[in-house]
Amino acid sequence: MESMRKLLDIQALTVELPTARGWVRPVNEVSLRIGVGQCLGLVGESGSGKTMLSLALLGLLPAGARVKGQASLATVSERELTGLSEAEWRSVRGREIAMIFQEPMTSLNPVMRVGNQIEEAIRAHEPDLKNDAVEERKLAALRQAAMSEPERRAEQYPHQLSGGLRQRAMIAMALATKPKLLIADEPTTALDVTVQKEILQLLQKLQRELGLGLLFITHDLGVVAQVADRLAVLYAGRVVEEGPASEVLGAPRHPYTQGLLAATPRLEPGSLTPIPGSVPQLMALPPGCAFEPRCSLRRSDCSTAVPDLRVASTEHTARCVLV
Amino acid sequence: MPEHEILLKARGLKKNYARGGRERAVGGARFAAVDLVDLDVPAGETLAIVGESGCGKTTLARMLLRLIEPDAGEIIFAGRDLLNLSASELRTARREMQMIFQDPFASLNPRMRVGEIVAEPLAIHEPERTRDERDEKAASMLTRVGLEAGAAYRYPHEFSGGQRQRIGIARALMLRPKLIVADEPVSALDVSVGAQVLWLLRDLQRAFGLTYVFISHSLPVVAQIATRIAVMRAGKLIESGQAEQILRRPAQQYTKDLLAAVPELTAH
Repeated sequence: MESMRKLLDIQALTVELPTARGWVRPVNEVSLRIGVGQCLGLVGESGSGKTMLSLALLGLLPAGARVKGQASLATVSERELTGLSEAEWRSVRGREIAMIFQEPMTSLNPVMRVGNQIEEAIRAHEPDLKNDAVEERKLAALRQAAMSEPERRAEQYPHQLSGGLRQRAMIAMALATKPKLLIADEPTTALDVTVQKEILQLLQKLQRELGLGLLFITHDLGVVAQVADRLAVLYAGRVVEEGPASEVLGAPRHPYTQGLLAATPRLEPGSLTPIPGSVPQLMALPPGCAFEPRCSLRRSDCSTAVPDLRVASTEHTARCVLV
Repeated sequence: MPEHEILLKARGLKKNYARGGRERAVGGARFAAVDLVDLDVPAGETLAIVGESGCGKTTLARMLLRLIEPDAGEIIFAGRDLLNLSASELRTARREMQMIFQDPFASLNPRMRVGEIVAEPLAIHEPERTRDERDEKAASMLTRVGLEAGAAYRYPHEFSGGQRQRIGIARALMLRPKLIVADEPVSALDVSVGAQVLWLLRDLQRAFGLTYVFISHSLPVVAQIATRIAVMRAGKLIESGQAEQILRRPAQQYTKDLLAAVPELTAH
């Protein structure tokens, strides 16, 4: 990691939300790093805090949210991502950091041609660019997203495109402003498996060619295995395991990660074992390790305090007393 | 019904839809959403129908329950010709075939308490039962699917996606059906929640002697529950057979492509 240029550095980031029953922490002291041209897979199920984390990185948290800790993005110089004004966020959001979502049909404007939406994104951030430069950028973005017949597709509306093409249109829109970091939140969940494979390959290619940092958020270990260099697993707002993708998948050290792997369906019949119980409510977290009530390996010291992230091997940590 | 008897037999099922827009004016061009499909579902087994979006699997599933009327073909369910039953005979047959839906958020009436939702099939088909009997059976079924009995007093929005799916399953079981058609029952759920629901479905199949038709786009999910697999593409049945045969020794290139596209759980 030391030799890799840092792109995104998140230190002890915490998001607090006010509720009727007091403050909850959907993101709880999360520290992560992404290098230039690197892909970090963020694995988490509903209630893990993965979406709240990405919203924090884009300044899109709900009103009343409190943010603690630090996040910085390396652009020309180091750039703080906390405590920004809305005007400052506008220069980051969509420009330095872009995002693509799960359902392209709901993120694309249904009454605007695809090409116009990409132009809109370009002009919003670079209002001084001349028309032919915008046109060139738009087509370049579509080609980069491996969109067949870019000139024709640019003239179409989202509903005229298949799911895979819509996702490529979203990717083109995200790339048009030449961001440094792309956040992809479950980008292939709604796609057929053959299309999913193409989109994942596209994202990998773009990473290599553009030196793009990629934060890939999903609950699907099979999908994230295809693209991630490193994996971080979130549970109840905290990072519970982090390390090189091959190690986290091949030799997971946290019982939740092990449970997720066992619960992921594979082509081998009879290979599925669910995790008993359910994700805890943030308002009613257990006193110690958040996973302890569901853990088959639990000991008496698991419920006394939240374990620290312990070193499992070089660059691989897990938040478990058994490490 | 003895094992290995065919509970549901479908032959030559066809469903056409007219193409919308300009093409309708030009002689009413049609496309076949389901194009001459034959199926055999042995009692006590699980037939999975697998395909990508738009292949016709959901249309086919609804035709099997006669929720959509086929344009051609026949369906024999428990020895009865489903497409030629009178309205009251069909109503009786419908008790034996139920559906579980994909979207746990859209398939439960948000304005009814969970207990009422689960008891509703009894209210419709067994009106002679008292209110107390219905409530008791509903509470019992809710515990059977892994929810606490107190869930009966709450509303759907108070539950997670996986819990709502369990509620839908409880509702489907109330009339002790022979056949359950499950349309993508775990697709909208997180991985570990989906795994729990799959185990529940398998457990209930053994306990209640159920036969499943399981619709899915996911071969790994299907591999966990299917005894037979049928692969669909663009309305046609590409290939079908024993699950192990389809998964290990597929004959058709499309099936091989689908299997090859499944991501492996090892880092690239």
